[in-house]
Amino acid sequence: MEFSDPKVQLQIAYLLGGSMVVVNFALLYQSRMSSVINAFAIHATILGLAVAWQANVQNAPNLYITAAIALVFKALALPAALHYVVRKLNVHRTVEMVFGTGLTMMAGVALVGLAVMIMQPVTQHSGALVTIDLIFAMAVLFLGVLMMITRRNAVTQVIGFMAMENGLILAAVGVHGMPLVVEISVALAVLVAFIVFGLFLFRIRERFYSLDVRYLDPDSRIPQ
Amino acid sequence: MIAAFDATSVNPLYLTLGVPALSTLVLFLLPGYRRAARCNVLASLVTLLASLALLWSRPAPNDYLFVDDFNIYLVLITNFVCLTTSVFSVSYLTHELDIGRLRRPYARFYHAMFQGMVFAMNLALVSNSLGLMWVAVETATLATVVIVGLYRTEAAIKASWKYFILASMGISLALFGTTLLYFTAQSVIGSGNAALAWTVLRERAAELDPAVLNITFVFVLVGYGTKAGLVPMHAWLPDAHSEGPTPISAVLSGLLLNLGLYALLRFKMLMGANDQTLAPGPLMMGLGLASLLFGALMLYGRRDIKRLFAYSSIEHMGLITFAFGLGGPLANLAGILHMVLHSLTKSALFFTIGHVAQVKGTQEIAGIRGLTTSHPVLGWCLVLGVIAIAGLPPTGLFMSEFLLVSTTFAREPLLAVPLVLGLLIALGCLIQRVQAMAFGEPTGSAEPFKISVLPPLAAHLVLVIVAGLYIPAPLMAWFQHVAALLG
Repeated sequence: MEFSDPKVQLQIAYLLGGSMVVVNFALLYQSRMSSVINAFAIHATILGLAVAWQANVQNAPNLYITAAIALVFKALALPAALHYVVRKLNVHRTVEMVFGTGLTMMAGVALVGLAVMIMQPVTQHSGALVTIDLIFAMAVLFLGVLMMITRRNAVTQVIGFMAMENGLILAAVGVHGMPLVVEISVALAVLVAFIVFGLFLFRIRERFYSLDVRYLDPDSRIPQ
Repeated sequence: MIAAFDATSVNPLYLTLGVPALSTLVLFLLPGYRRAARCNVLASLVTLLASLALLWSRPAPNDYLFVDDFNIYLVLITNFVCLTTSVFSVSYLTHELDIGRLRRPYARFYHAMFQGMVFAMNLALVSNSLGLMWVAVETATLATVVIVGLYRTEAAIKASWKYFILASMGISLALFGTTLLYFTAQSVIGSGNAALAWTVLRERAAELDPAVLNITFVFVLVGYGTKAGLVPMHAWLPDAHSEGPTPISAVLSGLLLNLGLYALLRFKMLMGANDQTLAPGPLMMGLGLASLLFGALMLYGRRDIKRLFAYSSIEHMGLITFAFGLGGPLANLAGILHMVLHSLTKSALFFTIGHVAQVKGTQEIAGIRGLTTSHPVLGWCLVLGVIAIAGLPPTGLFMSEFLLVSTTFAREPLLAVPLVLGLLIALGCLIQRVQAMAFGEPTGSAEPFKISVLPPLAAHLVLVIVAGLYIPAPLMAWFQHVAALLG
């Protein structure tokens, strides 16, 4: 196998981007908190590999920094921190979903279809590599949003946000020579660190979709 | 950067950005509350002076930063309101420290984050690179999230968390839009910084792929629209306004919402320069009218005074978005004027009610009665502020609203109906709420009025009233020029 062969390059980018979407579905159906975090670690690892592959294909060494951030910070440090938060906040029970798994998965499939339908026509004139990258990125973005709005626990919501943000990085590295891409990935890493730090510091367990005073009690749980 | 300092005169743009950036670090390290507060005012003053200097020596645009007729007036208004807010913060925070609502270490945090926010807002306004603008908007969000949660109460933390999650989700979508824009631009302009530079994009917008521009705009509209507090992405706004320290509510309403709208307008201008694209106007008008009507209806029955004016901000952002969506020289002029005057009026109102809440010891509207009797200055300032925000003559907001309504009647008579309806509902609700607060028998505690609140308050109100009576011809000509620029 010749790595400089454009066909092979395309296939590998395909494999990595597609795996991200598949792992995103895994994120959607996990019912235990620790498995959600592990699935996210895999998601971030694949992102790191995909970014590194783009750095290689585009011959853009600065993208290796973004890849390193994904591999070290997102795939190792963040999941470790999240496992700690979940243990400390005592929220490692089942993940609460707004809709059932089946319905959520079907919505996910529809969103991936939507991403293909939006991006396919507008990217057809620019190489296949960019096309598939943007399609997968948009699918990951949509699935992240879906995860954010269908979860009740703050931790899973945050993981949804981080998955969504992995999609943003995938898009930004896919288009050739996007300026400030390393700076943007650093800014996003800071944002995510902030969120996880906030989760722990303020002991946020549930997402707030109500301002009912019953929930102002620090140890209250939203009644089912 | 180095080259600029070697030149005989320092580029005022670097000062506008450098002073608040440096102050953030200094204030973070500086112990002592009084010294920090004074430092904060001084830094804001220097930043305002530096931005005034931009009027005379405008630096040449590069791929990262630029100053044009549109952003300079927003830079000026931003730094002006930041200065008055920093003055107001001194007395506000002193009171909060005295009653023990705020702890001293957090006051230091407040000052540092305040300057960090000034830096980020200035940077976002003068960014030529749309990527840099995104980073700056995100930084401004982070700085304000920290300040909103400053009181560390359960409600404050929830408000700040909600703001954080919704704003982050919003700006993530905006980043995706920005990436898509770069994707189409790089096939025309070539890879590199130039393909995200707004000035370059504007010149060559006609060559960009209209289909990609359409998708970009939808993402950016939802993304930066969240920051601008447009319905239905507004959910963070009332909580963030009511739970944080009041000076920050003034800045959130007066400046940060404008920033979201500014970012959106930059993209709208790109869309306008390409005649193959979807017209962005109807989308903006739709969201604008929805926000206007929703905000106006929500004014009815509010119990918390800060939430009341937070919903009024949603209403006004809707009005401004509608104006820019309608487009054309007159509606744009109304939008630009309204942006400035709403900033001034709303921050004046938040200064007033911040102090009202302090003298009365409550934010509940029910606990505030007969202000004009117990605290004449505060009471009449509140009445004046509400007259202004409701768009009654002789204030400046009357002029901009009148301009907008008459233009709408001339061009889209059907849309004028919901527009006028929204304005009337807002007027009625505001008068009903304020009548009870300002007049009647005073109740509750009545701490003395602090005269130190008056200068920032008076500065804003005088400007708003003067603007209603007289705007100098050169200034008006300049506003008209900017309106034409917006297309």
